[in-house]
Amino acid sequence: MADNQYLYAVARIRTKENSLLDKSDLDQLMNCKNEASCLRLLADKGWGRTGDENADQILIVEQDKTWSLITELVEDMSVFNTFLYGNDFHNLKAAIKQVYTNTDFEDIYINHGTMKSEEIIKAVKEHNFNSLPEHMQGSAEEAYQVLMHTGDSGLSDVIIDKAALETILQKGKATNNELFAKYAELKVAVADINVAIRSCRTHKDRTFMERAIASCDSLNKSDLIEAAQNGVEAIYGYLSTTVYEDAVAAIKESSSAFERWSDNLIIRHIRPQLYNPFSISPLAAYIIARENEIKTVRIVLSGKRNEIPDKSIRERLREMYV
Amino acid sequence: MNFNQFGIVFALLGAAAAALLAGMGSAKGVGMAGEAGAGIVTEDPAKFGKVLILQLLPGTQGIYGLLIAFITLSQIGVLGGDSNISLAKGMLYFIACLPMAVVGYSSAIRQARASVASMGILAKKPEAFGKSIIFPAMVETYAILALLISMLAVNGVTGINI
Repeated sequence: MADNQYLYAVARIRTKENSLLDKSDLDQLMNCKNEASCLRLLADKGWGRTGDENADQILIVEQDKTWSLITELVEDMSVFNTFLYGNDFHNLKAAIKQVYTNTDFEDIYINHGTMKSEEIIKAVKEHNFNSLPEHMQGSAEEAYQVLMHTGDSGLSDVIIDKAALETILQKGKATNNELFAKYAELKVAVADINVAIRSCRTHKDRTFMERAIASCDSLNKSDLIEAAQNGVEAIYGYLSTTVYEDAVAAIKESSSAFERWSDNLIIRHIRPQLYNPFSISPLAAYIIARENEIKTVRIVLSGKRNEIPDKSIRERLREMYV
Repeated sequence: MNFNQFGIVFALLGAAAAALLAGMGSAKGVGMAGEAGAGIVTEDPAKFGKVLILQLLPGTQGIYGLLIAFITLSQIGVLGGDSNISLAKGMLYFIACLPMAVVGYSSAIRQARASVASMGILAKKPEAFGKSIIFPAMVETYAILALLISMLAVNGVTGINI
């Protein structure tokens, strides 16, 4: 990717970064009495389009705004596929379940993927996985057969999740861009830790873990599986020897604390892009920052709607990019 | 073959290199800064004036190159006068033009990168515009030094009797 190819785009993103929510904006949101006042505050900050959207609509609008801006700035959107493969595999899982249960859902699909969800649904309905991209074909067929023959939706999901992680890692590295490669590595490592912990707590056997955990550079798969076979403390011990030693405290705290830790880890890795005027990386970082921002606002809105104590909501808030 | 006839060829080559390389660097640099500037102005048209100053900074090397080329052309008699110069003198003119040609090209591109980075400061902290302009302006120092050396050298070569 040429260093000078995105000068115009990065300059526009630099200005757009001014309107990202920062910590003080989050504090303002937290000080709102209820969801309605949060929505009013967000509308004042330019969130939404008409000003009368509900919480779900305003978040969808903001996500659409991000991708419209990026589509306007970047001619070849395939450079961002590393972020979108996960959505494709999510849609594949949903499509297989839809076909298996013979039901018709529409709101379970994610819009932003490398291919349209309708194409994935069509491929699954027609059992024609050759029409899917090569990296999806094998896992689609295997997950489909598992669900149709055993009805084990958990195993079907595991097959697709692992394929998603392997694709993200492989394609992320293939971009030859440090940010995409690091993002992919962190995504896979965090997912592997999560799977190892959950598998250990639910007493899954080694075969299952071999099937569910993807290989990555920063974790040794066989060591992680070995540790998971020996209990949670062994996983903590193994993680303490890796670059993810900070994860141990978060895992001990709660699963939501671990999720927050993993999101914060990615934000910390992309933060130097705030000062990088060249390459595609600042644009990619902006996308991640917006997704993180939308996720955090969703947590606040949902917490306010369900009258969850502020302290509990604050514990789940992510670090902001700016 | 009288090799001294090639004196004017080398001298002209030096003048052309100064105008050509410094001009190329400036064209590329102003273009880069212009792209980034357009991005800033798209979002905030009020910053046009400040963006323009940052964009123009890498353009000076082209002017310096032109100046050296012009002085050289007038000294070697291409613009009028005696153009009969020895091979050694022609090569000296060529060498005298090199600092402006090489440093002009390189510094214009480096200055453009600094200008693009400074536009990020302008986008986020417009009140720090004065500081942001310093960073690309520092690169100008080396273009001016090259200009000075090339100018002194071209004038000095004229006085040498070989």
